[in-house]
Amino acid sequence: MTNHLVLLTVLSYAASLGGYVAFLATARRLFGRLGTLLLISGLACHYLALLERSRWAHTVPYDDLYGSLSLFAWLLAITYLGLELFHRDRSVGAFVLPFVIAVFSLAQSTRLTVPAPPPAQGPLLALHITLNVLGYAAFALSFVLSAIYLVQNSLLRSRHLGSIVWRFPALESLERMSRSSVIVGLVSLLVGISFGLLWVNRIWGRYWNGDPKEIITILILAVYAGYLWLGRTGSWRGARASALCVFNFVLVLFSYSVVNLYLSNFHRFF
Amino acid sequence: MEIVLIGLNHRTAPVELRERVSFTEEAARLASEQLRSRGVLSETLVLSTCNRSELYGVPPESAPSGKDSAGAMELFLATFHKIEPAILNGSLYRRHDREAVRHLFRVAAGLDSMMLGEAEILGQIREAYRIAVDHGGTGPVLNRMFQSALEVGKRVRAETQISARPMSVAFAGVKLAERIFGSLRSHSALILGAGSTGEQVIAHLRDRGISRLGVANRSRQRAMELAERFGAEVADWDALDSALAWPDMVICSVSSSEPVISRAAVERAMAARSNRSLLFIDLGLPRNVAPGAAELYNVYLYGVDDLKEIVEQNKRAREAEIPKVEVLVEEHVTKFESWQAGVEASAVLRELRSRLGAEREAFLRERLGAMPHLSADDKRQIAVLMDELLDRVLLERAEQLKAVSDLRRKVQNLEALRDLFRLDQGKP
Repeated sequence: MTNHLVLLTVLSYAASLGGYVAFLATARRLFGRLGTLLLISGLACHYLALLERSRWAHTVPYDDLYGSLSLFAWLLAITYLGLELFHRDRSVGAFVLPFVIAVFSLAQSTRLTVPAPPPAQGPLLALHITLNVLGYAAFALSFVLSAIYLVQNSLLRSRHLGSIVWRFPALESLERMSRSSVIVGLVSLLVGISFGLLWVNRIWGRYWNGDPKEIITILILAVYAGYLWLGRTGSWRGARASALCVFNFVLVLFSYSVVNLYLSNFHRFF
Repeated sequence: MEIVLIGLNHRTAPVELRERVSFTEEAARLASEQLRSRGVLSETLVLSTCNRSELYGVPPESAPSGKDSAGAMELFLATFHKIEPAILNGSLYRRHDREAVRHLFRVAAGLDSMMLGEAEILGQIREAYRIAVDHGGTGPVLNRMFQSALEVGKRVRAETQISARPMSVAFAGVKLAERIFGSLRSHSALILGAGSTGEQVIAHLRDRGISRLGVANRSRQRAMELAERFGAEVADWDALDSALAWPDMVICSVSSSEPVISRAAVERAMAARSNRSLLFIDLGLPRNVAPGAAELYNVYLYGVDDLKEIVEQNKRAREAEIPKVEVLVEEHVTKFESWQAGVEASAVLRELRSRLGAEREAFLRERLGAMPHLSADDKRQIAVLMDELLDRVLLERAEQLKAVSDLRRKVQNLEALRDLFRLDQGKP
């Protein structure tokens, strides 16, 4: 059953990607709508797959790399969908979906082991994890948007416009979309961290443990807040802010990979 | 049921001649009425734009041939505009039936326009059709034909890239602004000087609902005129530096041998506007904005040559779409023809039915007269039986014709049926 759901999810996402690419290539609204519909169906299948897995493991699917990555992909897709509906712009779907598919496929390629009984549980922890992963997914989205901004900007400034310039969203919309996803990311990360702190306080009786993960997360919060602040006015608005946003995500990746796997004591997969 | 088209366009006639044979709404109505009242046509439609004047018509059934109708229409066009018919020689084209339909569909698709794929023509066709419908000039054939043309035009623009990218320097500039700013509704523009391209840009900006528009000119008088005409505000020419602080885009077409806006001025402006993006569309030759300004952060500078290059690229992109458009046009021509054949089949069947009915009537009257022993009831019975027989033998088969999907066979069958019953002879 799970395999069927996984297959269905990948197929839906891939077809959705096809729709978005066709939309970008032909500018026909029908393809864009198809992309959105298929994305929604992919999200539904993906949700069922996650549900199945969490029933099996009796917890939010975070306890292994598989669950963590899969949850990340799902939240990335759903954040994108929200952004698309909010800003009414489908032209970046073709660039976000590859990430969704890649992360989801990566999750499938990790070894599926029966997870050991989780050492820690509870709704606080579940919320902490879900919100933080949502925050990272939103940052990933702003990374994609900022990268597109940089490409679009350099095309426009060099005055060598190919055909792609006419398909991308306007620079200002890209900037707005990127900013709104950073805001989503920051808020959910802040709330998520609070839940985490509450939870850890309940267990160990103290808020701060000096874990490398905690330090880098504070850093991530700071650089994204800096992006929002700098991008608002002054000499950073535009391409520089976008470059900063791209750089910030490198930090997120570092936190997600090196810190999780080698440095942190109790954040292994998110 | 024939369709005849005569007309001239930007390919066949110079602008002076096109102007002489163009129609106002009133003239179109008048011409259309005269063509019908004189019996030249039973359905008429006049399509008149700055690039073409065309008469579409369906001659009455009694007309000897489409060729004669076309001749009469050409003569009418000349006399209506009080032109020697000889002057029009060589400029007019004629199209009949399938060719006329295809011509209209290609026009609607923008394939016949001076600027390939332009969108205005579709609105002009819609308007010409509305006028014709209003005064009752069209009938079933032209109604169907023009509705199909509008559908072709819409589909072509939705499903191909023929109209996708800007084709004029002015429009390219505005589209470019949209690539940077998105919707222009919350943005502002300053116009320096004004050439004809500059005015086109202003018109496009207005269409897109630009929120603030300023005009600056060396001559304050001229600036006020422009401001009045476009509903803009006047900016002070002598304080250009401070004027650069507010607009999101500056469109300049000033005739000046030296740049009007120096790099330093732009630099100061960018500081004053805390690096909010600034787009220059420099239509001046020589350039109005010092080229060095393009290096500044968040400054976008496009000159006439850049815009021309964009237009050239877009033109090639549009031309690449022509084959797709032709396929769509052909699809609809075939669809229209099959509708037309269907209508003709219905007409033939109707005629067949009434003719057979009349013959049955005469036959019964003649034969039953010699059979006085039959009661009125019996006679009625016999009439009913004969009706049934006719239906079974002929009409049911003829009805099947309507359903035949292969067009060629249908038309051949129709002709055969016509010949067999000499349906045409009955016509006046």
